[in-house]
Amino acid sequence: MFIPNMNFSEVFKHSNQLCRVSPDGKYLATCVQYRLVVRDVNTLQILHLYTCLDQISQMEWSSDSLFILCAMYKRGLVQVWSLEQPDWHCKIDEGSAGLVCSRWSPDGRHILNTTEFHLRVTVWSLCTKSVSYIKYPKACQKGVDFSRDGRYMALAERRDCKDYISVFVCEDWQLLRHFETETQDLCGVEWSPNGCVLAIWDTCLEYKVLLYSLDGRLLSTYSAYEWSLGVKSITWSPSSQFLAIGSYDEKVRILNHITWKKITEFEHPASISNSKAVVYKEVEKRPVLGSDDLSIRQQLTMGSALFSTQSKYEICQLPVQVHVVKPDPDRANPKIGISSMAFSPDNRYLATKNDNMPNCVWVWDMQKLRLLAVLEQVAAVRCFLWDPRRPRLALCTGNAKIYLWSPAGCVSVQVPVEGNFQVLSLSWHGSGDSLILLGKEQLCLCYIETEMEVSGGTG
Amino acid sequence: MIRLPPRKQQHSGTCLRRRFHSLNVSHLVCGHSTQLLRCLNGLGSWRTVAMPESSLENKENIDSSSRFAMSPSRHDAQPSLHSKNSYNIISAFCTEENVSQCITYIDQEVSSLGFPSVCREFSGGKGLNTVPVLNTMYELLQLHRRGLRTVEDLETEHLKSSSDLEYVQLSNSRLKDQLEFSRRENSGLHERERQLQLKIKSLQNCLKNEKEEVQKLQNIIASRATQYNHDMKRKEREYTKLKERLNQLLIDKKDKKLAIEILNCVGRADGKRSLWKTEKTEARHEGEMYKTLLNDYENRQKDLMLENAELKKVLQQMKKEMVSILSPRKHSLRGEKLEDSIEPACSDNEEEVYDSSRETLELSCEHAREQLTNSIRQQWRRLKNHVEKLDNQASLAQMGMRVSKDMISQEAHEEEMEKLRLEIRECKDFIQTQQQLLQQQLSAPCDDETAALLNDCYMLEEKERLKEEWRLFEEQRKNFEKERKNFTEAAIRLGHERKAFEEDRGTWLKHQFLNMTPFAERKKPHTSKSQSALSVCTEPEAKNAPTPARLGKSLSNASFATPKAAPVKMPSTTDLYRTLRLIPDHSSSETLPKRGSWQESNVMHSGDFSIKSHYCNGADDTSIFSHSGEENI
Repeated sequence: MFIPNMNFSEVFKHSNQLCRVSPDGKYLATCVQYRLVVRDVNTLQILHLYTCLDQISQMEWSSDSLFILCAMYKRGLVQVWSLEQPDWHCKIDEGSAGLVCSRWSPDGRHILNTTEFHLRVTVWSLCTKSVSYIKYPKACQKGVDFSRDGRYMALAERRDCKDYISVFVCEDWQLLRHFETETQDLCGVEWSPNGCVLAIWDTCLEYKVLLYSLDGRLLSTYSAYEWSLGVKSITWSPSSQFLAIGSYDEKVRILNHITWKKITEFEHPASISNSKAVVYKEVEKRPVLGSDDLSIRQQLTMGSALFSTQSKYEICQLPVQVHVVKPDPDRANPKIGISSMAFSPDNRYLATKNDNMPNCVWVWDMQKLRLLAVLEQVAAVRCFLWDPRRPRLALCTGNAKIYLWSPAGCVSVQVPVEGNFQVLSLSWHGSGDSLILLGKEQLCLCYIETEMEVSGGTG
Repeated sequence: MIRLPPRKQQHSGTCLRRRFHSLNVSHLVCGHSTQLLRCLNGLGSWRTVAMPESSLENKENIDSSSRFAMSPSRHDAQPSLHSKNSYNIISAFCTEENVSQCITYIDQEVSSLGFPSVCREFSGGKGLNTVPVLNTMYELLQLHRRGLRTVEDLETEHLKSSSDLEYVQLSNSRLKDQLEFSRRENSGLHERERQLQLKIKSLQNCLKNEKEEVQKLQNIIASRATQYNHDMKRKEREYTKLKERLNQLLIDKKDKKLAIEILNCVGRADGKRSLWKTEKTEARHEGEMYKTLLNDYENRQKDLMLENAELKKVLQQMKKEMVSILSPRKHSLRGEKLEDSIEPACSDNEEEVYDSSRETLELSCEHAREQLTNSIRQQWRRLKNHVEKLDNQASLAQMGMRVSKDMISQEAHEEEMEKLRLEIRECKDFIQTQQQLLQQQLSAPCDDETAALLNDCYMLEEKERLKEEWRLFEEQRKNFEKERKNFTEAAIRLGHERKAFEEDRGTWLKHQFLNMTPFAERKKPHTSKSQSALSVCTEPEAKNAPTPARLGKSLSNASFATPKAAPVKMPSTTDLYRTLRLIPDHSSSETLPKRGSWQESNVMHSGDFSIKSHYCNGADDTSIFSHSGEENI
């Protein structure tokens, strides 16, 4: 069992969950109401402070970490700040068309604004001050996706009650390909990490996944079943080797990249049995002073958090009955099925979450194609993210703890922050050495320094 | 006239009847024979034997008798007299006058019935021959009785049959009831069946209706879906139109607000200047796109190539191994007349294999690949066959083994079981007897044997105690041994001392002797020497040293009956030596625990001890001594 040595920074304020680390990993930008604060990640000293015109609703770093985009959707405004030239400023006003989404293009010199009602996508160039429009963007789950190398953008369009895909070259926004898809109501597009295959999935009413080559050829169509609610989420493995499809039938299907056929499917049964999986169950308990060395360790690291509830993982004996929430059948978008999946950066593991088992995160071994571990939390899992460098999964459940899973084991760590600090979401620093924990109005950095291998026991 | 005789006859009839019953024949012979005849006649008529030559009188008589018989109650109130009356009638058969006739008649009748003749030719006429008459009478009586019995039997038979009849009738009626009941049931079932049929029909109808309904609903749904889709499309069109319009409006309005305020333009990230959109750029983009695609495919192909190569390698290796496995076996099997058709194929395969293995470089060639796969397939088939065969053999062998083993084991098992059962039974018996004995003992404690048995039981404890004591005793003995060793050591020391003493004495004597002569100076160093020799011992001991030596000498002499050492010049020292030499002997005897020698040694030691005890009057020593004494005893 690994017990990382973790240090925590002091707490900073933020609003709207807006806190981003620059892509080069040097800066930390946070938004507090209408102010944008840029800090050094290591010293946490304020380097720049920008003041926007209104409360910031979206903030994004450009890919080269030189500019920060701040969008104020209510006012239809976008402000861009330069890190190199603090005096430099840029303000884009979408005017009466309104603004619902603003994002950088991968080159960091163009801003794509989606207007209200998805009327159009406006592309503003910071180089030439030029503006161009892309008409007919589709309002859907994921209508725009940039390929990972930043060269291509796939955009879902709707014209004449038919779905189309437009592939743009991001360099000069030239339309490369435009093709109709065989979908009823296209729901999302996603590039494979190598940028050669585009996965498209249909609305949840139909289980349909289409795979297009970059040049617009249909490579394959996959449909697991008919009639009942279909695809809920899609994730590519970082190697582009696997496509994981999570659906409403509580299963994940893995397609391979050669035949585009199903390799295996991962079920999420309510009772876990007959498996080599390890089930970690979080157990909450009141602190007992010095009951075991773990608690001592935690006391040492936590200090002030001595009197909050402690939790630890226990390895359950199989079979284990997982807490299941029955979805309301009368409501749309039932809380059932695989809503989120994430591959570890080394392609070895897949973490999934089934919505009707909100307290569980399932970790699958992609080499042996079987269940590896299940983490059953006390509260519903809010967010889980892989360390970008190591096979290490961090998750939070909306309480004052963070949880880490690695193949060696599980650990729960109390965030030693005074007051009511609930970790609602988290994000990794690119180096994997620190975690940003976001509370409702506060944030805190967690530095994971070293790993110590300690055998036996549960974290 | 008619009235009177019956009275008489009645009387005589009763008489006759009585006699008839009591078989008193003599009366019949004298006088009343006619009556008897009549009676017989009556019997005959009763037997429905027709009277061939019945006289008129007879007829009349019979008539009269019938007349009388017709009215028995008129004359006599008692119905029981009916038979008497009938006898009265018989009286008419034989009278004084017609005795002979009667006799002949009877004779005839009797002979006709197959009896011997009853007549005897007298001088004057015919007379009755009493003996045959009696015989006949007896016969007849027998017959009569038999008849009666048969009648009785028949009556019982009749009764039986009538009861049977009744029973049969009863059962018949019951069966009839049953029949009726089952008929009713049958009809009921029929009714139910009919109802069920009806139900099925209705259900089928229902099903059909439901199906129709489903169809209808499906149609409705489909139509609704199309309608909905249509509406959706319409709405979407409207929506797009609206969007269009809005867009147009936004553009037309020349939205003042729509603007970008920028301090100064930023250079491109790659530092290049933006290019004009031309066909060239388009072509370049296409080219780039295809390049990336090509790259991807190339990579993929490379991966696949690698994988394929790996797999081929595996295949090759597999084949080689297969060949190597199969070839020697094949040779060995060749002797065992393998199928001829396979053999040449095998050799071909072998050749092929080697050929193909030579051609490994050309494996990419399709032909070679095919060959490889084919040969592998063949080899595999052969291997599979072989393995299957082996499997079969093995399973057969195993089966055989198992069977035989099972047989053996079962037998053995049963034997063992039997043995064990016997044992159990014996044990149980034993226990029971023991229990019984115990109970007996309890109930009758005077029983000697059981008492002894029980005593044994009780003695067990005692024995245990004894054992414990024995153990203690052993320990003590060990202690003795230790002490003895100490003593021997002491004895050795003593020997040394004695020696020194002897020397001293010698020197002293010499000194004395020399004292006579004037050499007095040498005495001092000698005494000091002796002291040094005795330095280990305490002073009093040293002082006492000479006395115990003597004592020891005497004692040892006493204990040793064999005075071997006696004829030496200096007996005391030799004795001591002996004792000293004996000690190692004793130690050797210790290692060989022989009782006799041991005891002997003990004896010797007791001597030693006695010596010692005289030396050092320790309490321990004495106590040990007492123990050793006991032991010796």
